[in-house]
Amino acid sequence: MSAPLALGTAVRVRAAYPPGHIRTPFYVRGKRGRIVQYCGDFGNPETLAYGHDGTPRQPLYRVHFAQSEVWPDYRGVGRDSLEVEIYSHWLEPAGDAP
Amino acid sequence: MTGHPHDHGHAHAPAAAEDGPPSEYARLGRAVREILVEKGILSAADVRRAIEAMDARGPHLGARMVARAWHDLAYKARLLADGTAAAAELGIEMGPTILKVVENTAAVHNLIVCTLCSCYPRMVLGIPPDWYKSRPYRSRAVHEPRSVLAEFGTVIPDDVEVRVHDSTADLRYLVLPRRPAGTEGWSEAALASLVTRDSMIGVSLARSAHEPVETA
Repeated sequence: MSAPLALGTAVRVRAAYPPGHIRTPFYVRGKRGRIVQYCGDFGNPETLAYGHDGTPRQPLYRVHFAQSEVWPDYRGVGRDSLEVEIYSHWLEPAGDAP
Repeated sequence: MTGHPHDHGHAHAPAAAEDGPPSEYARLGRAVREILVEKGILSAADVRRAIEAMDARGPHLGARMVARAWHDLAYKARLLADGTAAAAELGIEMGPTILKVVENTAAVHNLIVCTLCSCYPRMVLGIPPDWYKSRPYRSRAVHEPRSVLAEFGTVIPDDVEVRVHDSTADLRYLVLPRRPAGTEGWSEAALASLVTRDSMIGVSLARSAHEPVETA
């Protein structure tokens, strides 16, 4: 995905489960959200963790998720939400914003 | 610890052994430190000074930023736009930390967690409390935040969005709590006394204007 994505862009977190040092929490994989902030480009922790230099640097976004999207059994209020930092190589386009 | 006088005859292990053997990571950390000191890359005093510098950080730093924001709306705008620069403006050295400040409002209550490890805005809050690093807090804060908040005595009305921030990567988060009612005209120092560590993590609100401040 080329950066930077515009604020409000609907995205889906890749539903991938590779081994290694991954900073994308399991609970948002496969979930739809929208971009609320482009944080800049950062070294990729998946290679930094193993002694490499983290290049190419990855655009990092804060992604907003509805709790009801992340947890089907969420007990709370409809507009409750989660915001998670996710590197661009974990994001793919989502047709519709949840 | 069962204190007993040492005029008895039996032998026992030195007190240090009661801590049990050091973990693999504790041994690794110690070995690296000793090698760095032996090679002259760091001195033992450097290590001690770094620990002292970290210990000197605490919630009083974040509280100064919050109180300034309550007192000065222009500072608040800068704080929300760039927390790192706003900290530096008050002379708080941030090192490589990128600080993101999220504002509690009448419509949104923010809560901070790190589900993957225990990322915490140490540069402005110091060492995190043990519960922040515990698995129950880390897992439940994202899944049932309202229950977690209630356990801290914090009940958020249903018409307020609870927004949980998971510090998964390169930013560190600080909550800007709502300014308590009845504090009009208060000095920054007086306002800062209402800003608790927990209110800047988001598990509680700031103290009310009438709540006695613990001086322990």
